[in-house]
Amino acid sequence: MISSDIQTVLPEISLAVFAMLALLAGVYNGKDKTAPMMVWLTSGMFVLLAAWIGYGGEGTTTAFGGMFVNDGFARFAKVTILLSAAAVLLMSQDYMTKLGLLRFEYPLLVALSVVGMMFMVSAGDLMALYMGLELQSLALYVVASLRRDSVKSTEAGLKYFVLGALSSGLLLYGASLTYGFAGTTLFSGIIAAADGGVSLGMLFGVVFMLAGLAFKVSAAPFHMWTPDVYEGSPTPVTAFFATAPKVAAMAMFARVVHDAFGGIVGEWQQIIAFLSVLSMFLGAIAAIGQTNIKRLMAYSSIAHMGFALMGLAAGTAFGVQAMLIYMAIYVTMNIGTFAFILSMERDGRPVTNIASLNQYAKTEPLKALAVLLLMFSLAGVPPLVGFFGKFYVLRAAYDAGLAWLAVAGVVASVIGAFYYLRIVFYMYFGAEQDDPLDRGMPPVLWGFLVVTAAMMLVGIVNLFGIEPLAQAAAATLVN
Amino acid sequence: MTPIVIAFYLFAVSTITGGLMTVVSRNPVHSVLWLILSFLSSAGLFVLLGAEFVAMLLIIVYVGAVAVLFLFVVMMLDVDFAELKAEMTRYMPLALLIGVVILMQFALAFGAWDYSDGAADRIASPAGEIHNTKALGLLIYDKYIMLFQLSGLILLVAMIGAIVLTLRHRTDIKRQDIVGQMMRDPAKQMELKDVKPGQGL
Amino acid sequence: MDELLREYLPIIIFLGLAIGIGLVLILAAAIIAVSNPDPEKVSAYECGFNAFDDARMKFDVRFYLVAILFIIFDLEIAFLFPWAVAFADISMIGFWSMIVFLGVLTIGFAYEWKKGALEWV
Repeated sequence: MISSDIQTVLPEISLAVFAMLALLAGVYNGKDKTAPMMVWLTSGMFVLLAAWIGYGGEGTTTAFGGMFVNDGFARFAKVTILLSAAAVLLMSQDYMTKLGLLRFEYPLLVALSVVGMMFMVSAGDLMALYMGLELQSLALYVVASLRRDSVKSTEAGLKYFVLGALSSGLLLYGASLTYGFAGTTLFSGIIAAADGGVSLGMLFGVVFMLAGLAFKVSAAPFHMWTPDVYEGSPTPVTAFFATAPKVAAMAMFARVVHDAFGGIVGEWQQIIAFLSVLSMFLGAIAAIGQTNIKRLMAYSSIAHMGFALMGLAAGTAFGVQAMLIYMAIYVTMNIGTFAFILSMERDGRPVTNIASLNQYAKTEPLKALAVLLLMFSLAGVPPLVGFFGKFYVLRAAYDAGLAWLAVAGVVASVIGAFYYLRIVFYMYFGAEQDDPLDRGMPPVLWGFLVVTAAMMLVGIVNLFGIEPLAQAAAATLVN
Repeated sequence: MTPIVIAFYLFAVSTITGGLMTVVSRNPVHSVLWLILSFLSSAGLFVLLGAEFVAMLLIIVYVGAVAVLFLFVVMMLDVDFAELKAEMTRYMPLALLIGVVILMQFALAFGAWDYSDGAADRIASPAGEIHNTKALGLLIYDKYIMLFQLSGLILLVAMIGAIVLTLRHRTDIKRQDIVGQMMRDPAKQMELKDVKPGQGL
Repeated sequence: MDELLREYLPIIIFLGLAIGIGLVLILAAAIIAVSNPDPEKVSAYECGFNAFDDARMKFDVRFYLVAILFIIFDLEIAFLFPWAVAFADISMIGFWSMIVFLGVLTIGFAYEWKKGALEWV
């Protein structure tokens, strides 16, 4: 009994044990001098686990009395999380070393937060979900203020912590109302209890939980923390925030609404559609006035979360499939974009001002072309991969009878295209400036930038085959 | 009015008073003391519910440790609290509005509250004869082992986080070197020199 | 249920007594004691000077570190209580899960020790 349970969570246990052993190894052997090696080891571990989970078991197994669910959906999300975390971790090394921030705890905190994410997406119980979420968040609060001598970084950590605690409170309040109604915290029990309709009290529980989850995916109107946290955190940490935790939170969102409240789609569909519309428009409009590229990426991620929520709002298996594809593409685009942002330097000092990109194409035509591809893809310009992501969620919404939502999505995407194209405009036709960005780029960043940009182009053939995978994953969640 | 009802109202009123005074009192140290009152009275409420372990936990962890930490933080911050309070009065109308809305929601939720069919059968450990600390002990470590181990990891992250964010290793001071100090050889530490009068060293 | 609460009766009586005596002492001081305040008497006194500054000052963050490390181990102890109470009846899994939990925190302890977080300077 217990041994088969442990077998099911073995990847998570391995990662946690790895983090603890590495912690001891690091502190007993030269502390921060081991940091670069820790970064590579942790990334290697992530890739290894991704391969293990990806090629490992088929079918659905549950452990610990249903508290942990290992199904196709969880595996898809875990592989995405692990690979994006590995990529971001590798990208961060040069930048962190340059700023003297590369402490050996950094990769290990990231590893522990990934453990939390893996439990989040596999949660089959409200308590398991909350524990995973807290493990992930607590590690993220710490890395947000890693640059502890900078006021902005500590402010980012504090804001993230206070608002994260508030959202956890909302989530817990909703969870306790749900528990009170259902008499159990297991998703399987909740869905059975809600089968014969729900009371008003339970509905309040659902609403509170959705509000708490919306905080975690930074969907409007619960997005206030995002721009400040993105701007204040060290850039590699921002890149991490924009990728793995977003996938985890979105997958957790999908799991809660389908596994626990799958019988009452009508009750939450309107709420998620509302969150989606608001996020898309707020992300698109508020980003226009930004001059800092990190803040811009924050609003961009709010808008993208709006699109991903559109897939969820459909409430169908195809909607979940569209959401998974969207998140996978979004993460890839963000990795490339942040690889570029991490390399933006002038006289060896990082800059984040958009205006510094003026005439960038003159000095660095290849990199400018790569950024152009990424920006077009983020904006959803056909025929790049980003367009297909948007296409899937729009079709999911339309098929589910939410035509108005799909139309709103198209309008928001057109508005949002403006600021992505503005970056491209600056690079190619911007005003002359006598103080261009530094040339040269660490090879790791260059590799990620060029490869992801190429993926935006090559992926249109068959999206690297993730479509059937996402379909299979979605089928295990919604039935 | 049975003694239980009287005790309930006593604890409930002092919990709410404590909470209110925590927010409105001028001196932050007083706020912390009011907070402690509110923790203590909610511990009393938990005892009335029969949840003794939670009640004692509230006293050990919240009153004993968290409140002390709050006192440290209040003292550590060099903040002009009068200014913050002035800021607070500015947002008071909005806060009151939100408070009233939430209160109405609660009233609505609890007014229309009901349990699902068969909720009682799904409870993990039905309240019975068994002592509740023991009932928890039988559940936490066995049935909920995964959550228990996750909480261990969360505590580990908290430990790492606190150290990463606040510890500064000072290099400009003399530290204890226990082995070195014990292994000192008196013969090598002292050198006797014969100083000739009038010449010095 | 009632029996459980009856066990707490002495504590309630003790609490009432403590509050009563406390109130009596405070009220007695307010009513009986002589009190003739004047501005000089109640002003802050600092070795013959007027107060230079606010008494509030920044504390070293190390106090906070000690306090938070204490809380973490305090919580660990809190988890030990139900384990100890139910010790006779828990399964082998229950026993070993606590050992693993303690092991995880011991790793944390070794880390903070080696890192020097327990040294005051």
